[in-house]
Amino acid sequence: MVIAASGLRLDLDIFDYLILALYFITVLGIGFAARAAIKTSADFFLSGRSMPAWVTGLAFVSANLGALEILGMAANGAQYGLMTLHYYWIGAVPAMAFLGIVMMPFYYGSKVRSVPEFLRRRFNDSTHLFNAISFAIAQMLIAGVNLFALALILQALLGWPLWISIALGAAIVLIYITLGGLSSAIYNEVLQFFVILAGLIPITIVGLVKVGGWNGLVDKVQQTSLGEAGLHTFANTASSDNPLGANWIGIIFGLGFVLSFGYWTTNFAEVQRALSAKNMNAARRTPIIGAFPKLVIPVVTVVPGLIALVTVKGLGADKGDLTYNYAIPLLMRDLLPNGVLGVAVTGLLASFMAGMAANVSGFNTVFTYDIWQSYIKKDRDDAYYLRIGRYATIGGVVVGIGTAFIAAGFSNIMNYIQALFSLFNAPLFATFIVGMFWKRMSSWAGFWSLALGTLSALTLYLLHLSDVVKFNSDLEESFWGAGLAFVVAVVVALIVTQFTPSKPENELRGLVYGMGGDATSTETIISGEKVWWRNPVLLGAIAVVLALLLYIPVW
Amino acid sequence: MADETRTSKAARLFDVRRVIGGLFLLYGVIVTLLGLFDSQAEIDKAQGVRINLWMGLAMLALGLLMLLWLKLSPPEAPPESSEPENPAE
Repeated sequence: MVIAASGLRLDLDIFDYLILALYFITVLGIGFAARAAIKTSADFFLSGRSMPAWVTGLAFVSANLGALEILGMAANGAQYGLMTLHYYWIGAVPAMAFLGIVMMPFYYGSKVRSVPEFLRRRFNDSTHLFNAISFAIAQMLIAGVNLFALALILQALLGWPLWISIALGAAIVLIYITLGGLSSAIYNEVLQFFVILAGLIPITIVGLVKVGGWNGLVDKVQQTSLGEAGLHTFANTASSDNPLGANWIGIIFGLGFVLSFGYWTTNFAEVQRALSAKNMNAARRTPIIGAFPKLVIPVVTVVPGLIALVTVKGLGADKGDLTYNYAIPLLMRDLLPNGVLGVAVTGLLASFMAGMAANVSGFNTVFTYDIWQSYIKKDRDDAYYLRIGRYATIGGVVVGIGTAFIAAGFSNIMNYIQALFSLFNAPLFATFIVGMFWKRMSSWAGFWSLALGTLSALTLYLLHLSDVVKFNSDLEESFWGAGLAFVVAVVVALIVTQFTPSKPENELRGLVYGMGGDATSTETIISGEKVWWRNPVLLGAIAVVLALLLYIPVW
Repeated sequence: MADETRTSKAARLFDVRRVIGGLFLLYGVIVTLLGLFDSQAEIDKAQGVRINLWMGLAMLALGLLMLLWLKLSPPEAPPESSEPENPAE
């Protein structure tokens, strides 16, 4: 491990450390400034619903642009080639547009403070508690993954000991979230978005110069083991004889529909960014504004992955410092002079902390509003819940340190995360979508569809782990697990509704399509805004069409 | 519910554009200066591209744009009244 670490070690000079230090001073400064502005628990958890759409939109995509995502997508770019683009285009943009156009009126219009709270009003307490607890657990597990990965990178690149990195990363996130709550997290996400791009863009530019531009890259990729297949997205997807090992049905329905819609539309760590927007229209535009950067981010993740594939000799080793996961750090080492190198390191560290901050701020909201206030101590004053939110943040960070050591036990962190998504998000999406559009779906149908959907995905995952059911790859398991959970959740919802009473219609106002409520009528969903560049439907349609057009040159 | 969703005016006073603008201005100055005095070895490492200089200038421009935007539309502007769905607070 010592040898592996020294091979990746970057030579930072005093200016690189200055750039790094300036970032952390700014981050802590935001925390203190935000603290002065926080008066109520809504300020702390929802930024007082005061954010403009461009801020929440960038925070929305930034909450997803954690370093795991960046390193992971560059790794996939090197390993699977351009098929990785599916994760950005079909696997994100349509779902983001759907969230903005169709689902956001229900979320924002019903004034809920969290995704579980929506379930409570649409279904019942049991559904609510089940989802609140499973969400809290998932967020803590993922926060641990982010923290552990941050520490690994600090160890590999800068030679810092693992435990110091874990403690330091946790301490900084703790300080700025405890002080500034969601405002602090969102501001840092937006800032981080620009810094990480400022770090990734020079890698792409210098890398492309090195390989002789795009044409040079294409030539060189054709000579690798990945070959011509690495330059296409949909070619050879009639069978699974392609780098990703998935056919077009799996890509479109597994990744593009169930996994993607589940992640983007029901993951509260994401939806929370939109809930903090200043009005309904800004909330609806939040995910759609986020979709536009999402379209082009692969230029600075997947393309560097390919550059690493053709320039770093021996990339793709099973362990050590030449694994695919280190594609971006290796390029930083090889290509960036001091100065932009400091910016790139800062961007990488910032994005790990943004990822963890997103988990922690999602966790503290759900813990405080959905568990503590709903079931443990009701009817206290607002200042009390604000204080509980700060305690929950501290607790969340401490638990995150613990789960960081759990994550340390997994060899492939990305697969661990994919498995978590297929467990938690796919059944939730099914329950949501049926509940939003079918007014007869009963309260208990909500609970059982969520519980049995989760259970079926968990069972399949355990059978996969114990080799009872065999899949080609972990990735294929997560497609099937998500699909199974979705189908089970829908079928259970249909069956249980036949035997249990539906909710009275007046309780469903604003929560179910076609049940009145100003926010969720067809007219509101379609019209929204007269000025075209503030119209969510039009903007969403543009994003989806662009995603389709972008596929053409890399078909 | 009413007092929970009430927005604190102070929350709008410090603006993310000022933060981004300030940080990128600083980064721009530092990296541009480094770029001006880059050694040949560093330029060679970046494949002959004066990447520090270009990125420094680009960051400087972004920082200035953010501050300019802030100046042109200050954060204290009252919320648009044309938003019919603005929640009654």
